Amino acid sequence: MEHIVIIGNGISGVTTARHIRKLSDKRITIVSAETDYFFSRTALMYIYMGHMKFEHTQPYENWFWEKNRIELKKGYVKTVETTSKTLHFANGDTLQYDKLVIATGSKPNKFGWPGQDLNGVMGMYHKQDLDNLEEHAPNNKVCKRAVIVGGGLIGIELAEMLNSRSIPVTFLVREDSFWNGVLPSGESEMINRHIKNHNIDLRLSTNLREIKADENGKVKSVIIEETGEEIECNVVGLTAGVSPNIDFIKDSEIETGRGVKVNRFLETNIKDVYAIGDCAEQHEAIGNRRPIEAVWYTGRMMGETLAQTLCGNRIEYKPGHWFNSAKFMDIEYQTYGWVFSERSKQDTEAHFHWRHKDDTKCITVAYNKDTNKFLGINTFGIRMRHDVFDRWLTEERDVDYVMNNLPEANFDPEFYSHYEAEILSAYNQKLQTA
Amino acid sequence: MSNKLNHSMSLAKPDALDITTKQKIALIIGIAGLFILTLALLNTDFPNKGLFLSLSLGLISIGTIVYSREAYLTKQEGIKNDGQWFKSISSRGLWGWILGIILTGFYIVLYFFEELLGLGQGVDGANTGLISLFDPLSQLLSGRPASQWFVYGTLYTIAILAFGYKFILKYRHNKYQQLRTVSVMFFQLGFAFLIPEFMYSMNSSLPYYDLKNMWPLNYYNFEQYRVDSFINNGNIGMALLIFGVLSIFVISPFLTYKYGKRWYCSWVCGCGGLAETAGDSFRHLSSKKMSAWKLERWLIHTVLVFSVVMTTAVIYTYLGYDPDKYWLTREVFLISIGVFLTIVFAVIMIFKRQELGKDAKYGAIGYFVVIALLVAMHFTGTTDQVFFVKAGALKSAYGFYIGSIFSGVIGTGFYPILGSRAWCRFGCPMAGILGFQQRMFSKFRITTNGGQCISCGNCSNSCEMGIDVRHYAQKGENIVRSSCVGCGICSAVCPRGVLKLENDTMKGRINPTEVLLGNDVDLMELVNQK
Repeated sequence: MEHIVIIGNGISGVTTARHIRKLSDKRITIVSAETDYFFSRTALMYIYMGHMKFEHTQPYENWFWEKNRIELKKGYVKTVETTSKTLHFANGDTLQYDKLVIATGSKPNKFGWPGQDLNGVMGMYHKQDLDNLEEHAPNNKVCKRAVIVGGGLIGIELAEMLNSRSIPVTFLVREDSFWNGVLPSGESEMINRHIKNHNIDLRLSTNLREIKADENGKVKSVIIEETGEEIECNVVGLTAGVSPNIDFIKDSEIETGRGVKVNRFLETNIKDVYAIGDCAEQHEAIGNRRPIEAVWYTGRMMGETLAQTLCGNRIEYKPGHWFNSAKFMDIEYQTYGWVFSERSKQDTEAHFHWRHKDDTKCITVAYNKDTNKFLGINTFGIRMRHDVFDRWLTEERDVDYVMNNLPEANFDPEFYSHYEAEILSAYNQKLQTA
Repeated sequence: MSNKLNHSMSLAKPDALDITTKQKIALIIGIAGLFILTLALLNTDFPNKGLFLSLSLGLISIGTIVYSREAYLTKQEGIKNDGQWFKSISSRGLWGWILGIILTGFYIVLYFFEELLGLGQGVDGANTGLISLFDPLSQLLSGRPASQWFVYGTLYTIAILAFGYKFILKYRHNKYQQLRTVSVMFFQLGFAFLIPEFMYSMNSSLPYYDLKNMWPLNYYNFEQYRVDSFINNGNIGMALLIFGVLSIFVISPFLTYKYGKRWYCSWVCGCGGLAETAGDSFRHLSSKKMSAWKLERWLIHTVLVFSVVMTTAVIYTYLGYDPDKYWLTREVFLISIGVFLTIVFAVIMIFKRQELGKDAKYGAIGYFVVIALLVAMHFTGTTDQVFFVKAGALKSAYGFYIGSIFSGVIGTGFYPILGSRAWCRFGCPMAGILGFQQRMFSKFRITTNGGQCISCGNCSNSCEMGIDVRHYAQKGENIVRSSCVGCGICSAVCPRGVLKLENDTMKGRINPTEVLLGNDVDLMELVNQK
């Protein structure tokens, strides 16, 4: 019986395993050094905040794996020998495979800051990071202040986590507005204000120079690059993005760039070795997507696709329309299609931006200013329907159609106030003055 | 492994989430109110009972209100579940167990040892103790002394009102939650508490009737003494009796078809009202395991069969034999019950066989058990006996095990251990019937928003009915479950805007998928077509 070994028990690897099991009787083994069972990485924050316990972040009960004949092996893969199809583990174990799926995800970026490996410095990605945070920041007596370096999705989540335990937070953001490499300015600035409303000390256009240690090798303070200011703190969160977690294959024959290089079939240069999820890097980007997509949904979609290939129905990874979501403190964010920030958008992309006066809701609609074709929408504080936007993008609707039919896309709970009329009238007004 | 997997049982707070000074004062105020009740329970004879009762209930309410305002109004609007699994009281810690034991003890005394509360213990059968403290209020509302049920009803209403206020503040960004809570507060105060008292003062021969409390939750509604007094009270009585029957066969199926069982369970029902307000802090404690779901399905349907058979037996024994005296004889009654159940069973099997899948077998077993019991009833029935026991004994057994132990002692007493809806989930026969209607013929569902789920588990964690909501959401599948009471908290806590409660067409309501929206269109078609 063919033996498929998957390294990594995150959403990519587990989705692959589940779909292979649906399609076949192959022997499946999932290897992980992080945890015994699959858990939802995006939910780690809720454990620290006390909304859930770790066990609640596990989407399947523990009996699920045996019932579905998915073998789980805990261990750290040190090297991959592709000629003999063998995995070598850190503890000396070996494991033979017929087909190998690399789904090892990411690791937090470190940019060579002095002191970046001190006690009390951590990313927020792995289960171990959470344990580490629990140790160094159990409450605001042990941790009198935390400094977060890097203004992205994980950074703001870490700020929310610490805030839930009343630990003062200083949030260093390199850009002049939060996440404005991705978000258009109207949205980015609204989030700036939202962060400050939670009593978080947000420092824009601010870089880290170094992290200083006390006599025990523990974090004592950070120094700001621009001003030389010293900020005392007990925890430093490094959240300046992630990169593929593939050090263990650097010495193998598998081709790597920043990630594991794969073609559209998610195949590497070595036969019977595949890579999916955060750690996979496309030779050429697909559409507007990045070559490395470190997103929950793309990991899942690659898993769905690869399972087909592994079970004899070789198909390309052809993701549909882009979508994503996040939550910034109390403001939910969804995006469908492509809305680029001022920094990265093309000249033909125009935006219509509407913001509610309470400063917690806004939308940005992107369209082609020559053809009026609808390109995408960012929505903050208003839930919208994935299937409706997916359909409109497929049908290549123009922006007028989308604006006039916005109520159809509303997904807010019943009895919520609706803003479509207000949005439409703002849109029409803008057309007249433009 | 830290993260407080094994909860500390220490009384000292193990976590960083301390309450503020203002909240401590509020707690003291509330406890002072409870202390007055405790003194009364210990037979302190208060001089001015009206004053002390007002003081007690007032302090409890003010304490809760001040505490809640400090907890929620000092923060931004949003989801407020920080530390719920750290706090001893809401994570089965020591305080949780202490509260559970106190509540359980209270219910046991209430149901079985009402004399300990002072019912009729004084001179000439006057009340003493706790019950006597409530006499002034009872006199005011209906002109009679209080009973243990009046005390219970008053405290129950105060709990729903005060904690309802807390809940509204907690969800002050969410209109659905606010309206739903105002609704349960209104129905408790008006329908369960005030109207029956006023009805009594207008016409004391009418039985206590909480209009919203329908059979089989109100399992005694068709007992002989009640039916007799309905019939003997002319038009009003007949109207109430007819309303009682209509609410089971017409009103509730219609509303459930339109809105799902939530119209009752989380908007109207008193048990649900308490669970949603006072029980809110314990909703996440319900078990989400598959094994708990299996137990639930056996238990709740067994209780339902028990309640149907018990009620049938009770009515059967007081009906006559002679069709000349009254058209509804016991024969006609038994046959019509059997015919009704057969029609329901046949319609389901003909039109909904596919949807039922493996459950069809269990449905058939249930149906034949009931029919067999009806036949047995016919052959063993005398004027007061069925199955060779007194129908009254059957009723008492039901009242004792289901009405008291299950719904009260376990259902509410175990809030801090089993979560807030153990009764609704495992025992309530009304929930069983409404759930069946919801699963089979309702426009209600929780829609999943395409491929947006990140499997975080907030929805499942906060489901008081123990539904593993994530199991459906992460497959892009709508949630159509008989047990869902439509409280809407899963939708509220979802960080990615994935869930929406809505009433839409029956078509495409149940939509299992394997590959989710957002992937290759060809792949989705290939895998999802079945």
